[in-house]
Amino acid sequence: MAYSEKVIDHYTNPRNIGTLDKGKNTVGTGLVGAPECGDVMRLQIEVGEDGVIQDAKFKTFGCGSAIASSSLATEWLKGKSIDDAMKIDNMDIVEELALPPVKIHCSVLAEDAIKAAINDYRTKNGLPALEEIK
Amino acid sequence: MLKLPIYLDNNATTPMDPRVLEAMLPYFNERFGNAASRSHSFGWTAEEAVDYAREQIAALIGANPKEIIFTSGATEADNLAIKGVFEMYAEKGKHIITLVTEHKAVLDTCKHIEKLGAEVTYLGVKEDGLVDLDELEKAIRPDTILVSVMYGNNEVGVVQPIKEISAIAHKHGALFMTDATQAVGKIPVDVNADGIDLMAFSAHKMYGPKGVGALYVRRKGPRVKVTAQMDGGGHERGMRSGTLNVPGIVGLGKACEIARLEMAEESVRIQKLRDKLEAELLTVEESYLNGNKEHRLPHVANISFKYVEGEGLMMGVKDLAVSSGSACTSASLEPSYVLKSLGLDDELAHSSLRFGLSRFTTEEEIDYAIDHVKVAVEKLRDMSPLWEMFKEGIDLKSIEWQDH
Repeated sequence: MAYSEKVIDHYTNPRNIGTLDKGKNTVGTGLVGAPECGDVMRLQIEVGEDGVIQDAKFKTFGCGSAIASSSLATEWLKGKSIDDAMKIDNMDIVEELALPPVKIHCSVLAEDAIKAAINDYRTKNGLPALEEIK
Repeated sequence: MLKLPIYLDNNATTPMDPRVLEAMLPYFNERFGNAASRSHSFGWTAEEAVDYAREQIAALIGANPKEIIFTSGATEADNLAIKGVFEMYAEKGKHIITLVTEHKAVLDTCKHIEKLGAEVTYLGVKEDGLVDLDELEKAIRPDTILVSVMYGNNEVGVVQPIKEISAIAHKHGALFMTDATQAVGKIPVDVNADGIDLMAFSAHKMYGPKGVGALYVRRKGPRVKVTAQMDGGGHERGMRSGTLNVPGIVGLGKACEIARLEMAEESVRIQKLRDKLEAELLTVEESYLNGNKEHRLPHVANISFKYVEGEGLMMGVKDLAVSSGSACTSASLEPSYVLKSLGLDDELAHSSLRFGLSRFTTEEEIDYAIDHVKVAVEKLRDMSPLWEMFKEGIDLKSIEWQDH
């Protein structure tokens, strides 16, 4: 199975690898997946006072598609409001990266990671979690 | 000049040796006869070629040429051996013993005959991949007709104590069969010294063509019979009907002859390269060798790089053709059952790479592989949350992971 050019691009030049200070109230962290399943994604957002995502970082243990999905997610998250970020759907990721059916779970994981990060940020700031993770 | 990509997946298949191809070519055109045609020279020529190949093959494994039954490959040979013995010896018993680390050609065949009334014991292995001989002996029952244990494992390369296993089987009146697909042509295999009654192997794992293999079936002490699984013209002493694949058989014969003459020297060279690759890669922090280090095929190394996922790693070494125990591409998301049988956590199984060297592997290629794997592991660890946690001293087992 060959990877799409976009997957290869994100894998070769991953955007926004790194770690934000999870102790800060402005930072939300989502850690999803499991080592025994072969993929773990950690996605972090830093939210400004205006509710807009200033920064996003990821680290991923997984295949090329999982790495590309999380890299793409951080790219999309930056500059988005929390509300708009909640609207990111895994199928958007599938489409953008041309993921084959067997790799759709990677996009689901990325969507879960986004929602988990947002919920973590909201909980930290005394807000109710928005939506159950799939 | 180093030519990319580099092929290090020789447990999957090997390239053909040019000498094998050369031997085969005439049998596609000018010597096209059917080896079963008895009435003209076209047939005789083909039959002579088949007989010669039978001798070349028998010489490699210490057999009598009459004991070689040609098949389409090792999968068919495994099927014929297990199903054939089950049918032929049904009156004697219905119990078969095998290992959980066998190839699917053996395991799925056993599953199939279970539906037909067979009782199969799937023995686990020790952490190094070797069978526990005491456990094997305990598993034998009065109605055990067959013990089937692979010679060398395709994923980790572990070589089982075949002589000891066959002795146990024979002591209790059971036949001993081995899937020797990865071993024949790579290490010395002798059906008499090893006490083998049935043995499956294939040409394309030893520099021969795909689509041809053989089942060794012992004729003396004891005389072993298998019920044919393919009905037709009664070829191969009635055990496997079907027009013989003459060019393929000629190729298998030539491959065996080359192996017999060159194996001793060749395996020393390959093992030296494998050992270099392995030693270098095991200097990487948190890397682990899978399978017994000593009892192993000379051309295989299976190494786990903890906190890095195998498929992601393979993508990082795109100019190296290797394989991984990670099954990220499979629908089940289950990592290698062989590695799991060795007691590896799923996580370590996901993190494994298998390197299979060949007659054609050069030191330059191994040096390239060492450098590029090291770089890729480092790159992926930089983006691995698990590696970060490990470095922070967090016990990954203490985290409640969500399954998905």
